[in-house]
Amino acid sequence: MNKYFFKILSLTIGLGFLYFPILTLIAYSFNDNKRVMVWKGFSFKWYGKLFQNEQIIEAFLISIKIASLSATFATILGVMIGYSLTRISKIPARPFFIFLSSSPLVMPEIILGLSLLLFFISSNHLIGFPSTKGQLTILISHITFSVAFVAIIIQSRLSSYDKNIEEAAQDLGTLPNKIFWKITAPVILPSIISGWLLAFTLSLDDLVVASFTSGPGANTLPIVVFSKVRLGLSPEVNALSAIIMLVVIIAAVIYYLINQSNVKK
Amino acid sequence: MIKLNAHGETIQYIFLMSNFFKKQNFWFVFTPYFWLVLFFFIPLALIFKISISVSEWGMPPYRDLFDFTDGKFNINSTLGNYIFIFSDPFYLRSYFNSLSLAFISTLICLIIGYPIAFYVAKSKESVRNMLLIILIIPFWTSFLLRVYAWKVILQGSGIINSLLINFGFIDEPLSMLHNHYAVILGVVYTYLPFMILPLYGYLVKFDLNLIDASSDLGAKPYKTFLKVILPLSIPGIVAGSMLVFIPVVGEFVIPELLGGSDKLYFGKIIWDEFFVNRDWPIASALAMSGILILVIPIIVFQLVFAKFNFKDE
Repeated sequence: MNKYFFKILSLTIGLGFLYFPILTLIAYSFNDNKRVMVWKGFSFKWYGKLFQNEQIIEAFLISIKIASLSATFATILGVMIGYSLTRISKIPARPFFIFLSSSPLVMPEIILGLSLLLFFISSNHLIGFPSTKGQLTILISHITFSVAFVAIIIQSRLSSYDKNIEEAAQDLGTLPNKIFWKITAPVILPSIISGWLLAFTLSLDDLVVASFTSGPGANTLPIVVFSKVRLGLSPEVNALSAIIMLVVIIAAVIYYLINQSNVKK
Repeated sequence: MIKLNAHGETIQYIFLMSNFFKKQNFWFVFTPYFWLVLFFFIPLALIFKISISVSEWGMPPYRDLFDFTDGKFNINSTLGNYIFIFSDPFYLRSYFNSLSLAFISTLICLIIGYPIAFYVAKSKESVRNMLLIILIIPFWTSFLLRVYAWKVILQGSGIINSLLINFGFIDEPLSMLHNHYAVILGVVYTYLPFMILPLYGYLVKFDLNLIDASSDLGAKPYKTFLKVILPLSIPGIVAGSMLVFIPVVGEFVIPELLGGSDKLYFGKIIWDEFFVNRDWPIASALAMSGILILVIPIIVFQLVFAKFNFKDE
């Protein structure tokens, strides 16, 4: 009884702590009042305002574009790293390669952002590329810090599955190229998908690196939201949070149902 | 292979490399290698270079490391930026504030996160999957919006103050925002999942029979916890602590939204030094010393991690 009590207590406090702020935001997104915290009445007003706000809509589209491109390139590079580290023995300066592919994981984003910005400015001075800071420079930066996360997912999958299958194929005379596409790639497909999703989320969520590397006309959604909430509260941002929450919950429920039906099979 | 000249070995090496070039494997190594050297390593080397440069007015706002003026070769390198940072209590205090913020928040995350991870890992499988999803949902929503939510809650006219006033506990709204307690709260809130998930990952593999065995042999529950459960979960604790501690040291957004002027943090100082003061050499020197300061905890974490992971096997 005593044990049970402690369990319920810690889970309730923990989950309450996690959900209380989010639920508060959702509740206040329906508040009619312009002053966020003074309740006037129930309304969908801010949702209407949100969808008419061209700045937010444009930033949202830019963010989605950068995130999907960044996730795709980061996944390709991450798969290459994961494969190299587990399947290729001759890598020039291997410890350096490992250092390069893992240290972005622990590099504070503010330092990463600063170093990339200074790099872009210098290379613009030297060779004229990139000509301006903008979506391209954000994309490059996002790929750079996402690669390490994808690589670690792919690497752990590749090192845990049986290498003998690939060796058997090799003994039967299959070309390395074909082995990769017919055996390795299908086996790591679930990890590729989760790596892509993680890279997508990382890019969509990033404020600091994007602030350093963005230029005029390349404001991502976090940059716009941050500029709105830095000094005060914004009822439109409340509505935005509620929508994001809804999308995430729907995605989570779908994921849970698919998972459950797989378990039953 | 015919030795062509004194550099025969070099040529042989180039020949081997060009052979390697044709293979798929080459591109698998070369592409990410090239990308990371270009966009990760060179930028880091560049901030190191700028950190030992002398600042001056102009664009870029620092002097070249080497130059030829008046027919003389000059080296304009200095450790002055580092000396400046480490002799100014303003910067030292910001490092200290960031490290202590990271330490305190990691500890609180551990205290809140451990029981949650433990009970989720010990639930029945059907309940466990549901609980995991419920724990991960907040983690998937935007980081920035989760911090903003606390700004809404802690406002003078926010929900906590309104409740306290309505119930008559206080007359005037408490000022809960813009101080370092709000920053700790925000950090704990946003980084809690980073602690719970790796802890859960270790605890779920844990054999429940060990608890029964320990209590059958007469150990009290707290003793079972201290002698059996806790030592076995140390790799998870270390992994979770690392995932919280390291990013929090460089955290910029949370202090900016929830913090006040009572404590300045390292991330904010770099940001201001670059964007407000436009002093690139000092900003770079701050970044480089930030990396150095982080290297120590990372090594400690990894040593502890390696030690306990081996014991496990």
